[in-house]
Amino acid sequence: MRLSTILAAASIIAVLGGCSSTPTQEGGAPVQEAKPSTATPGGPTTGTTGRETPNTVDLTKQQPSATGPSELTDPRSPLSRRSVYFDFDKYEVKDEFRSLLQAHATYMSRNRTARMLIQGNCDERGSREYNLALGQRRSDAVKRTLALLGASDAQMESVSLGKEKPRRTGHTEEDFAENRRADMLYNSGNVKEF
Amino acid sequence: MLKRFILTALCWALSAGIASAQLEIEIVGGGANQVPIGVYPFANESGLSTIVSTIVRADLQRSGRFRLMETGNPVPLPADANQINFGDWRSRAADAVAIGGVSPAANGRYEVWFRLFDVTKQEQLAGVAFTATAAQLRTTAHRIADTIYEKMTGDRGVFSTRIAYVVKHGNRYELQVADADGYGAVAVLISNEPILSPVWSPDGTRIAYVSMQNKKPVVYIQRLDANRQVTLANFRGSNSAPAWTPDGRQLAVVLTRDGGSQIYMINADGSGVRRITNSDAIDTEPTFSPDGQSIYFTSDRGGSPQIYRMPAAGGDAQRLTFEGSYNVSPRISPDGKTLIYVARNDDGQFHVTAMDLAARQTQVLTSTTLDESPSFAPNGKIVLYATEIGGRGTLAAVSIDGRVSQRLTIPASDVREPAWGPFVN
Repeated sequence: MRLSTILAAASIIAVLGGCSSTPTQEGGAPVQEAKPSTATPGGPTTGTTGRETPNTVDLTKQQPSATGPSELTDPRSPLSRRSVYFDFDKYEVKDEFRSLLQAHATYMSRNRTARMLIQGNCDERGSREYNLALGQRRSDAVKRTLALLGASDAQMESVSLGKEKPRRTGHTEEDFAENRRADMLYNSGNVKEF
Repeated sequence: MLKRFILTALCWALSAGIASAQLEIEIVGGGANQVPIGVYPFANESGLSTIVSTIVRADLQRSGRFRLMETGNPVPLPADANQINFGDWRSRAADAVAIGGVSPAANGRYEVWFRLFDVTKQEQLAGVAFTATAAQLRTTAHRIADTIYEKMTGDRGVFSTRIAYVVKHGNRYELQVADADGYGAVAVLISNEPILSPVWSPDGTRIAYVSMQNKKPVVYIQRLDANRQVTLANFRGSNSAPAWTPDGRQLAVVLTRDGGSQIYMINADGSGVRRITNSDAIDTEPTFSPDGQSIYFTSDRGGSPQIYRMPAAGGDAQRLTFEGSYNVSPRISPDGKTLIYVARNDDGQFHVTAMDLAARQTQVLTSTTLDESPSFAPNGKIVLYATEIGGRGTLAAVSIDGRVSQRLTIPASDVREPAWGPFVN
């Protein structure tokens, strides 16, 4: 099956509104001692295992969000800097990020309809779920600091990406340090990042 | 009518194209005490699209508990006990021999029969006849392998079960479901954002998982026979680590909505959320004991991540791991007697480890060093897990005694987050 054929098929399916399973299916298990089956022969979705083929949910066709001009994305503004970095095995916001967070907290206190999503990350090896919880500690720490500095708690949501979306995939100390990070995303005015 | 046919054909073609890269399974270690067995080619199978005896032999081989012996290709193939040279098989120290055949039946179906014999006693141990369509021949072969496995080992076979796992290829993630031998993989979810923690419902009809498609972790449930996601938990903050109760009606999940990662119970329809842990620490990775009475989980309430057990309704937790500073990802064997988890040793290596819960003795099971996400086969004899070999995400399987191992890979992709499905009834 050529890729171009698959893509053509995919676009047609998107237009026609998606696939549903063929209503009539083969019974899953073969029958002992030659007892006749009452199921009618299945259509192509039965597949070659003789058992129901699972259906597919394809999310990759969704549109990405757009962003317009804003001080939040202007490189001359500190508000365009969105990352807070953490030391190894540490989950407290370092003093060097206080002025950056003050700028963001001030923006949010002046724009009460602005919403922020704070995503925490970690560089650890090991359990994906435990790493989700570690990344959450970092995003929680940023959220707490922003609230202390004037942002409203209701404007912010802190979440974690754990170790799932590292910015760097190398193994130097510099790479690890880049991944020990919380990022601030905005929905405000022209900017729609989540 | 034509439009419906085209739509159906395109759906099939699309799903076939997405799942074209199949899991490759490589057996790495051998076991002791393998059962020497001969499985003859089945009569009249060679012209069919599915060679039944080949699948039976591959299943038994892959289990690591059988030593497949040469049968040759006698003409004609033995069709009953009288035609088997038991003396010859006994002199070659075989324990058992299997014969079978396929013949056309009514309505385009096939009758598939097989018989299993004890070589020493020259007695039949099993004999079954199936009626199957061409599409069901593969399933039939797995049933035959299950029967042979059960007769010779006393344990239930898992050759008719399915596995789920996540494939990452660049920025594309797929949650795939395949037969336990890697055949027939289909993507049930395709996304540009990470997918993790898939868990099968006890009846095998649904999978719960965590998806970051909304830029945060959200728990979904998806029926395999429907093509839509149903949100189970999307509360403020992160939602993750789903685990089904044995009756399939509720799940434990980890939510950060009240500040900090804590364990909650929720009905399978998303209603009735209630918190069951109450610590200032990270409590995560809940998993139920098979009797539903206890929850095992990971917590760093003692200063480092360790495995704990508490009553299913919550309450006092008992710590179970005391060796090392990093013990995570608890899973319980189907008989409730063995805990497996991932332990990081002093060299920073992560190994799947087994603990006998009665004796509290531990055993490292693997020689791979970046282990994650272990999952028991439903017969409790094999642990499927994720690891990294040569910089690539790979699945691996190890027998519960640590002796037999396999690797499961997909070319040019990272495979991770395996979940072994339940027995099919």
